[in-house]
Amino acid sequence: MTDQLTPVLTETWDVEQGWKLAPYAALGGYAALDTAFAMSPDDVITAVKDSGLRGRGGAGFPTGMKWSFIPQDNPKPKYLVVNADESEPGTCKDIPLMMGNPHVLVEGVILSSYAIRANKAFIYIRGEVVHVIRRVQAAVEEAYAAGHLGTDIHGSGYDLDVVVHAGAGAYICGEETALLEGLEGRRGQPRLRPPFPAVAGLYASPTVINNVESIASVPAIVRHGAAWFASMGTEKSKGHGIFSLSGHVVTPGQYEAPLGITLRELLELAGGIRKGHQLKFWTPGGSSTPLLTAEHLDVPLDFEGVGAVGSMLGTRALQIFDETVCVVRAVLRWTEFYKHESCGKCTPCREGTWWLVQALTRLENGQGTEADLDQLLDQCDNILGRSFCALGDGATSPISSSIAHFRDEYLAHLSHGGCPFDATRSTAWSGQEVTA
Amino acid sequence: MSVQQASAGQVEKSDLVTVTIDGVQVSVPKDTLVIRAAEQIGVQVPRFCDHPLLAPVGACRQCLVDVPDAGNGRGFPKPQASCTLPVAEGMVVSTQVTSQVADKAQQGVMELLLINHPLDCPVCDKGGECPLQNQAMSNGQGASRFSDDRNRGVKRTFPKPINLSPTVLLDRERCIVCQRCTRFADEIAGDPFIELLERGAHQQIGIAQDAPFLSYFSGNVIQICPVGALTSEQYRFRSRPFDLVSTPGVAEHDACGSAIRVDHRRGAVMRRQSGNDPLVNEEWITDKDRFAFSYAQGDDRLTYPQVRDDDGSLRPASWPEAFTVAARGLAAARAAGGVGVLTGGRVSVEDAYAYAKFARVALGTNDIDFRARPLSEEETGFLGAHVVLTGPEGGGVTYADLESATKVVLVGLEPEDEAGAVFLRLRKSFLAGGTEVIALAPFTTRGLAKMSGRLVPTAPGEEPAALAALAGELDATSVLLVGERLATVPGALSAAAAAASSSGARLAWIPRRAGDRGALEAGCLPTLLPGGRPVADAGARVDVATAWGVPALPETPGRDADAIVAALGAGELGGLVVGGIDPDDTSDPAATRAALAAASFVVAFDVRRTEVTDLADVVFPVAPTSDKSGTFVNWEGRVRPWEAALRNPASLPELRALSGIAAELAGLGQGSPLGFRTVEEARTEMAQLGPWDGARTPLVEVRAQVGPATEGSALRLATWKQLLDNGSMQDGDKYLKATARTPVALVTPALYDAHGPTITLTGDRGSVTLPAEIADDLVEGVVWVPSNSVGNGVLADLASAGTTVTISGAEGVHG
Repeated sequence: MTDQLTPVLTETWDVEQGWKLAPYAALGGYAALDTAFAMSPDDVITAVKDSGLRGRGGAGFPTGMKWSFIPQDNPKPKYLVVNADESEPGTCKDIPLMMGNPHVLVEGVILSSYAIRANKAFIYIRGEVVHVIRRVQAAVEEAYAAGHLGTDIHGSGYDLDVVVHAGAGAYICGEETALLEGLEGRRGQPRLRPPFPAVAGLYASPTVINNVESIASVPAIVRHGAAWFASMGTEKSKGHGIFSLSGHVVTPGQYEAPLGITLRELLELAGGIRKGHQLKFWTPGGSSTPLLTAEHLDVPLDFEGVGAVGSMLGTRALQIFDETVCVVRAVLRWTEFYKHESCGKCTPCREGTWWLVQALTRLENGQGTEADLDQLLDQCDNILGRSFCALGDGATSPISSSIAHFRDEYLAHLSHGGCPFDATRSTAWSGQEVTA
Repeated sequence: MSVQQASAGQVEKSDLVTVTIDGVQVSVPKDTLVIRAAEQIGVQVPRFCDHPLLAPVGACRQCLVDVPDAGNGRGFPKPQASCTLPVAEGMVVSTQVTSQVADKAQQGVMELLLINHPLDCPVCDKGGECPLQNQAMSNGQGASRFSDDRNRGVKRTFPKPINLSPTVLLDRERCIVCQRCTRFADEIAGDPFIELLERGAHQQIGIAQDAPFLSYFSGNVIQICPVGALTSEQYRFRSRPFDLVSTPGVAEHDACGSAIRVDHRRGAVMRRQSGNDPLVNEEWITDKDRFAFSYAQGDDRLTYPQVRDDDGSLRPASWPEAFTVAARGLAAARAAGGVGVLTGGRVSVEDAYAYAKFARVALGTNDIDFRARPLSEEETGFLGAHVVLTGPEGGGVTYADLESATKVVLVGLEPEDEAGAVFLRLRKSFLAGGTEVIALAPFTTRGLAKMSGRLVPTAPGEEPAALAALAGELDATSVLLVGERLATVPGALSAAAAAASSSGARLAWIPRRAGDRGALEAGCLPTLLPGGRPVADAGARVDVATAWGVPALPETPGRDADAIVAALGAGELGGLVVGGIDPDDTSDPAATRAALAAASFVVAFDVRRTEVTDLADVVFPVAPTSDKSGTFVNWEGRVRPWEAALRNPASLPELRALSGIAAELAGLGQGSPLGFRTVEEARTEMAQLGPWDGARTPLVEVRAQVGPATEGSALRLATWKQLLDNGSMQDGDKYLKATARTPVALVTPALYDAHGPTITLTGDRGSVTLPAEIADDLVEGVVWVPSNSVGNGVLADLASAGTTVTISGAEGVHG
């Protein structure tokens, strides 16, 4: 059963002080640098293209193709920016990855920067996770001391400086252009595109922005070859990825497996739903991906498979909810998150999330009629695809998908005059209460 | 709403892109935004954040349209913001007119915009002229689903209003965060005094961190705000838009010729807005142009003629009596040596023409000058040789030329203070990536910094040498802008002319006052007759005399303003006709006052009671620009006519009074009548006379002088007037006044260290004590003070520009 796991990024997580350079190097870390420096930058791009690696931040854009968009005749400097602003509810892969194995990210940064001919790279880390920022900073420091960063790396003549930047606590800065604004010291709001970052990104220079996991996947591709990476996964979704299981499972955590694995298989690895309960609904890739139900247990978790059932693979953040959870309550909590995190730039997201919270609150309290459900869906329709960036779209996903799957539960709130669920039953300590 | 002007007005056929909007094919220039292409076929897509003069932002999402074909055969899956989408060949667009998707998207956004918007339209200044109100009617639902009986949505509220500045108030509840104001501050004015704060529904406009409110252009944000969020302290709750009558006008505060709109109600101006003139000020005006109009509404407004009574006091008089008394007095003064005419720089061309003709035909003199400020003979020559009769039609420098120039050199000119529209155009030009602005100035001003301009450090008096040194890097794509202040630097205007002719650079003169350029054209100069005709040219004199039907015109070139003052003081001139002059603005305030006292007979014209009218023997009230038709000629030489906004029978232009006096004088056997009594008649006569087509008087080159030695603590005085200062036309608006920059003396770091935060400067006319501030790159041996921000102004209280002053720390005074 465990042979389904493919520990590559997670390989050092259980090694004693595996976040340090020595254990990482002992497992072959930073060896890929010499391999890459022996290749031309274009060959590194080709290798990543051939591997079929697709962006691990959620959108799944082919990484190698993104790199090849960088205009090499542009006289401005090129930049690599790593998006480590992991803030999506449920998503917890980049932060443990940087915690457990920061050097694989640093090595990936060096390889990727070399490929796109950048001499300066930035790692933009979510500001709230100070311990992770410290760990990545320490790893970068170690890499400088060991000669993996700085000037003339490994005698190759290639120079690279890495800046670890701490965000200031805004979900929107996970949107790549808002991230660039924040990195430049401005207010984190998404930019108008075009121009796309590949042409005019950070400081109006050609910029590649990749997710932590995408960049961290590069060393193994260089080390083992594109074919090795492509041998994992499915036809259009190659390679390995970290699946984060949280919620009502026996052993929540990060499971690194080939894309295309199913939730049923992952649940087996995680010891199943907590004892005595059944799966009710789950998110395939964070709260912004339309939620799925028990009927989707055998959907292959790759970009195509999840897309085919009307959701998105997203960040492979599988939040598992059993039958004790009120879907209205869960959706309202997510919606409150989006309202809190809406940057305010565009009307549909700014005003829409304000309204959605109020509408859902009324429904949770059992106020209203079935017509309110349709009005809620109509509001979602006025936000989805009308907002400036994907934040507004994401805010509607849990609502419209939950109504699609659990309309009756919404109606039960109305007929019951409030939430028919006992919220305490969904807690981790449910059934362990001590009565006086 | 301005439609994007194709530059130069000519678009190559190949640059046109053909798109289909709502089934109608339209060809528009490449890169046109869909929202403006739609305007071409008569479809107005609703919008808020979009503004033709601001960069696209796509924030409000009101202008969503459906694009079934982006020009490549594929459509966009989602509605697109038409304000950010450029056209593409073959693109197909469906707006709300033909697309259910677009219509629903727009209705949805409108509904969302309104959920947190207060329903206070009945008491909102914007109500009645509000894009949100209007477009909610045209593109929104009649009822809200958010705050109806069923939903009872809770609106976000804020305390109302907060002061962003003394002139601009912010009501955050009404704000739809379209960012027009912050974008204006950033992209146009360059004063980031406001910025976005907080996020989500609590996102709001606020006062920027570490950026004190400091903008000469802040009022524009009130005008471009598409809701009632930004309101004017001056205009707040004063009237409703539907009660206002709007009359186009021309701003009278500088030589830019900015188009304005005068909004008035029941005979009183309630507010002024920017007009829209793409060739001149686009859609922006300075705060002075916007807010400074109540000077004409104060208690000191003159409303009837006055004559000096037997007991020595001024008493009211009828117009005919005043004409008669003035004519008798002037006739006597003429016999006693002659009469000089000082028109001031605020006159309309028609009034200036009346003064010019009055001097020649009624007083028989060329002793006339419009310059109520330091001047020089060199300047007189320069104006005749290089300025008069230049204009856009004749290939003169225009605003558009500033945008296409590779380099613009500023000499004796600080555009942000002295010509706001020029500053905005230069900054636009710099930001568009073209023009390098070079300033010959003693330090990098705030305005120059906002244009990332290059400073050629130049002490007052050293402009001629600096110009000569700079000439080598100029060429035909350069523009040289010289300010009126150069008159005080011997050789500077000669050097500017020489630099222009040697390099091929184009040259333009930018005075401060609105009437200066028109008065020059109208002949209010001792050496020039109307239409730029040289007094010294016999043909020109015959030309004008024939047109005017008089036997001859005075032949001798007249006295300039300084000479008139001197002649009055010396008793060589008997009388003075003076309009709108403040002695403290003149070269030598004390001498001007003495001359007024010494004159045997003074006829004064002014809008308001002043120390000059108090000294006069006959006083005529003058109509302010709101009460009369007129014309200004701006620095370009562009003719900027306007019609009266208010009808006030008691408020007449100067030309009417001059005409009345001339008629009386003619009755006394002195000269001829003017032959016109109204602005229209004056315009007709001026048009018939036309411009001079003969040779210009060449400029007699004046050599630069070596500047005064600065020894010990002596410093050369650099000074100019700030946009907002103690100028009398800013009187009456305390809010505007509060936005003026704090008067400080700028000193070098070393002098600051030596003398501390408060300094006293002493010149040949007195001492002033001011807070000192460091200007890092101020030229050694120079101190800068604002000309008219403290006391009676620098000329009266301290010294002339370019002369030396001494500095000392102010004992016992601590800032």
